Amino acid sequence: MLAELGQFSLIVALSVACLLATLPMIGAHRSDNSLMQVARPAALVQMLFVTAAFVALVLLFVRNDFTVAYVAAHSNSHLPVWFKISAVWGGHEGSLLLWVFMLSGWTGAVALFSGGLPQETVARTLGVMGWISIGFLSFVLFTSNPFDRLLPDFPFDGNDLNPLLQDFGLIIHPPTLYMGYVGFSVVFAFAIAGLLNGQLDSAWARWSRPWTLIAWCFLTIGIALGSWWAYYELGWGGWWFWDPVENASLMPWLSGTALLHALSVTEKRKVFKSWTVMLAIITFSLSLLGTFLVRSGVLTSVHAFASDPERGLFILIFLGIVVGGSLTLFAMRSHLFKAEGRYTTFSRETLIMFGNLLLVVATFAVLLGTLFPLISEAFGQGKLSVGPPYFNLIFMPLAFAALLLMGSAPFVKWKKQSWREFASSMGGTAALSLLLGFALPWFYSGGLNWKVVLATTFCVWLFIATGKDIIHRTRSKASLLGALVALPNSYKGMILGHVGIAFIVLGVTYTSFYTNEIDSRLSQGESIHIENYRFEFQGVKMHEKVNYSAAIGQIDVYKDEGFLLSLSPEKRVYAVQKNMMTEAAIEWNLARDLYVALGESFDDGSWAVRVSYKPFVRWIWLGALISALGGFFVVADRRYRLKRYRLDAGQSRLPLSNERLINP
Amino acid sequence: MSDNKTFLYMLPLLIFFALAVLLYSSLEKDPRLLPSARLGQMLPEFSLSSLYSEEIISDQSMMGEASLVNVWATWCPSCRVEHPVLNQLAEEGVVIYGLNYKDDPVEARRYLERLGNPYKKVIQDLSGDLGLDLGVYGAPETYIVGADGTIVYRHVGIVTLENWRSILLPLYQKAQIHSPAMEAIQ
Amino acid sequence: MARISCMAFIFFMVSLSARASMEIYEFEKEESKQRYQSLIAELRCPKCQNQNLADSSAEIAKDLKARVYKLVNDGKSDAEIVSYLVDRYGDFVTYRPPLRPATWLLWFGPFALFFLVGLFLIWRTYRVNIAPESDAELDRERLEKMLSRHSEKTTTPED
Repeated sequence: MLAELGQFSLIVALSVACLLATLPMIGAHRSDNSLMQVARPAALVQMLFVTAAFVALVLLFVRNDFTVAYVAAHSNSHLPVWFKISAVWGGHEGSLLLWVFMLSGWTGAVALFSGGLPQETVARTLGVMGWISIGFLSFVLFTSNPFDRLLPDFPFDGNDLNPLLQDFGLIIHPPTLYMGYVGFSVVFAFAIAGLLNGQLDSAWARWSRPWTLIAWCFLTIGIALGSWWAYYELGWGGWWFWDPVENASLMPWLSGTALLHALSVTEKRKVFKSWTVMLAIITFSLSLLGTFLVRSGVLTSVHAFASDPERGLFILIFLGIVVGGSLTLFAMRSHLFKAEGRYTTFSRETLIMFGNLLLVVATFAVLLGTLFPLISEAFGQGKLSVGPPYFNLIFMPLAFAALLLMGSAPFVKWKKQSWREFASSMGGTAALSLLLGFALPWFYSGGLNWKVVLATTFCVWLFIATGKDIIHRTRSKASLLGALVALPNSYKGMILGHVGIAFIVLGVTYTSFYTNEIDSRLSQGESIHIENYRFEFQGVKMHEKVNYSAAIGQIDVYKDEGFLLSLSPEKRVYAVQKNMMTEAAIEWNLARDLYVALGESFDDGSWAVRVSYKPFVRWIWLGALISALGGFFVVADRRYRLKRYRLDAGQSRLPLSNERLINP
Repeated sequence: MSDNKTFLYMLPLLIFFALAVLLYSSLEKDPRLLPSARLGQMLPEFSLSSLYSEEIISDQSMMGEASLVNVWATWCPSCRVEHPVLNQLAEEGVVIYGLNYKDDPVEARRYLERLGNPYKKVIQDLSGDLGLDLGVYGAPETYIVGADGTIVYRHVGIVTLENWRSILLPLYQKAQIHSPAMEAIQ
Repeated sequence: MARISCMAFIFFMVSLSARASMEIYEFEKEESKQRYQSLIAELRCPKCQNQNLADSSAEIAKDLKARVYKLVNDGKSDAEIVSYLVDRYGDFVTYRPPLRPATWLLWFGPFALFFLVGLFLIWRTYRVNIAPESDAELDRERLEKMLSRHSEKTTTPED
């Protein structure tokens, strides 16, 4: 009954989405208020029914209803209850429902928090989101229904959740990631509404920005969580492999980052309008493309869903309608784009423009590298693989250039900046960065690798420049702390966002170049030495758990011959699927991770053991969190807290009167 | 100038269109299928012992007639599925060499005793070296080799009567009639 | 069937085989060990979904690692070892696509895009710069300046 209710809710939601996609659009076209007023309630009703369907699926999992095919394939009665709930998105159908659930949530949020917007804008924005909902709801209902029954022959117990997914990572990673992916639909819808309205001004940018920022923050955290999860769960300590599915999440992140910056320029300086709209369309298109790549099976991935060309075709057609349609609209409305502000070759505008270029080139490189095997095959050039050597080569110079720009940004004025002034104020910073760029790796490793030197130099450049700017801004104040707190939130956000990236670059560089890894065959009592650590193997004990049995090793770690702790890496065999799993044991602090994993056992009782010393690997995820935090700071900036927006093109630069009332 | 601008704004649409065509054309392809890098080349040189006797089988000894080389092992469940088909082909007179890939010879002999032996000769590749030289990445795989020793085709996965008739047989017949080297002589 | 064994139900960020694969090889020279490690990190397991030899525990990956180990110890250069495997398994087996006319787009495309668009952008801002500003625009700018001075307390100048 519950499954039928769930399915019924989805059908109702689809019908409501059809209303949402048409009536308000027609209303906006004819300036018919009563039709436009349908938008908000329709969005909320749709959210209600999709939520009901989602809750129904969760309950089916919790109740072990194995008459439902999807539940039978992804759950088991022995599964702990929190994994039963996260198993809802452990497969294709359910994760798609999660996607739809988030989409309806974002749509509902737009309906609720768009109080001060003109009626047409609300109607058109929600209408566009209605179209996207139609696409995804019909995708769920017609090709990937999670509520299909297995009657009359249903299994006594479920096939269990893939053991790799029985982990905290599954609980939080997909929802966070999808929040990001789907969140970009808001700025997309707003861009399309703007194109239809013929109104793309700084108020438009100001309204889009917080929505984009929130989506971006979630995506940033989602990607970092995925990387962290892969690192500790997969058992070989890799945190990024440039796999198609990973790339699918990175592309919207890169173009979304470009979009954030472009929006800030459009908002403040009324330039880059067409560029910003383009980026809004591209970013959401890349989210959709990611869905296609992950679910269609055109590329092989370590992370892919079971592939199905029919589903692929459905998404491709949908992609064609959404992206093709919006790009056609974009081309037709090119006359709307007239830059109003002016700027010179050296100004903050051009700096951000080049930052955007770097991000777009990076996006392009990821897209090209991901799809190149397909291109090569389509042109009869044979199968080939594009992997880490390619992406690392492309990304290194781009990252360095981006760090250079990020460090310079606070010292370059809007509109026009004199080269001479800039050179004289930053010369010392440049020299000091170069000095430390050589000195730090030298002291750290006793050698010099030019890549490490460059990475360190550019990161130090960003740190010093940022520090200098902060000091400059807080110098005249009595208390430093008070002055820091008093800095505008959007400024704090920018600083955190940029500093986070430098942390990521440092983490990636130092882990990549200075990881020390030893695979060894150890008998009880034997040791491995890495850096100033000694790992003594104490043997392996067998344990039986509820749904798996485990061989748990004990490895005592000594630092400078003083006992530090015992690590317990495991090998597990899960009862239902008979999968073998490696659970690495990790001891971490900010400077390094000690990573220990068990391999296979040998007849004489010895075991293969992998021990790694990974310096600064935590900085990668820490940096991502700092950046995301920066995004939230910008959202919290006072100008986005305004309840009312003035969309009147002529005087939209600053909504003076309202702002006065709220922030006297 | 305005034409230029229109073109610039059309550009994303055009790029997307090309991308969509590419993705559509890739939909029906299986990304896991790997064409053999050895197509058109000669069999790698090898001399390995037969599963049944001290006889040494080499690439030279296989020349003179077109043949199938079937990579199989007792640890490979799919090989069991295609075995009856191979038996039937052998009865029809198709020349099949077995490449017993990284297997236990005793079990392999028992397996053929029980299920029938469709092979003209069985090459014993204990270490998997010949497999590696051929570019084998799993079992079963079936190669069509011309009379002059050229590798004409590789089939990955189970041989069924359907794919034998539609894909393999025509290539095998072609390899029987004229192999590239023979043509060169003529 | 070989295909079907590869087709498991798997979700984002998860691999088919989560077994860390470890082969224990002894090297006489530290340099050989590092060459071996970087080679198996750059070579792709032909049978797996998308894994390098280092991370894969598939049979074929173990065989190929054993062969790479042997070739390294035989004193073969990195390029020789890669081309040895490419001869047998095709370009697919290396994650570093070969540089040839068909891959120029891949290797040079991103850099070409950067320089072309970058030059175009510089040219455009330069061109706009030298065009004289119209009176109307100057007026508007003056107005904007007044407005922004007027509202300095309520907006943030930087971002």
